[in-house]
Amino acid sequence: MKAAVVIFPGSNREHDIAAALEASSGRKPVFVWHGEAEIPPVDLIVLPGGFSHGDYLRCGAMAAHSPVMRAVKTRAEQGVAVLGVCNGFQILTEAGLLPGALLVNAGRKFICRNVNLRVETSQSLFTNRYERDQVLSVPMAHNEGNYVADGDELDRLEGEGLVAFRYCRADGGTGDNPNGSARDIAGVFNRSKTVLGMMPHPENASDPAVGSIDGKGLFDSLAAALK
Amino acid sequence: MKARVRVTLKTGVLDPQGKAIGHALEGMGFAGLGEIRQGKLIEIDLAERDPAKARAQVEEMCRKLLANPVMERYAIDIEG
Repeated sequence: MKAAVVIFPGSNREHDIAAALEASSGRKPVFVWHGEAEIPPVDLIVLPGGFSHGDYLRCGAMAAHSPVMRAVKTRAEQGVAVLGVCNGFQILTEAGLLPGALLVNAGRKFICRNVNLRVETSQSLFTNRYERDQVLSVPMAHNEGNYVADGDELDRLEGEGLVAFRYCRADGGTGDNPNGSARDIAGVFNRSKTVLGMMPHPENASDPAVGSIDGKGLFDSLAAALK
Repeated sequence: MKARVRVTLKTGVLDPQGKAIGHALEGMGFAGLGEIRQGKLIEIDLAERDPAKARAQVEEMCRKLLANPVMERYAIDIEG
């Protein structure tokens, strides 16, 4: 699997994502600056977390109009896999590659802690190494992760099986929603399930040294699907 | 010309900052407060001299960048 990690002014954890990608695929990803109009031929494009453009105006709003995003959109339309984590998820919604939007957390606080995620489907490029309903412990670190979309859109996402992850209790039951997200949604796919956006950070739960490797399955899934 | 764009959260979208402002004002003794919503004001100087063209230009800015239609609405004032 060849991967590119896009760097915006204010991106962070891009090296954590790169390390997780390399550990699962055996290949170092290439880094692409947001001002580039082209992305080398790759199987996966990753938009990492961070605070692109200082989160000014709205999180991800300015980054969604970076020159590189035209290339990301073109590749996504061609079926190339795209993963957006945290600020990357916000950028994908602002760019129209994923439905909905991410608002300030309902509790008004930046939340940095491990959360439980329930895997809603194993039928995707990103989750094939997980079991459906498996519970993962993965860190989140954000101020604007409250997922919103109108009711019809949420019904459509659920009806078409496009919810990837939901916040849950340790036993997998509902009732632990850290940021107020509609229907506990922590991650969503586009229609073709080739684009995934999620607020929590699987790359920071991919090494035994940090206490959880529950996020590693996502990178293993990609490496298996995109050989 | 000068454009003023007011961007506010749509009705029904939770506004935790507006709620926090309300709690603070109540704590200061202001009574009789209804819902409080916080928004953004963006002022733009424009070279355009024609008000209709200026409005059309700012409309496009709102659609493409200044507001996110999923959660926000906008209102535009054009001044000479």
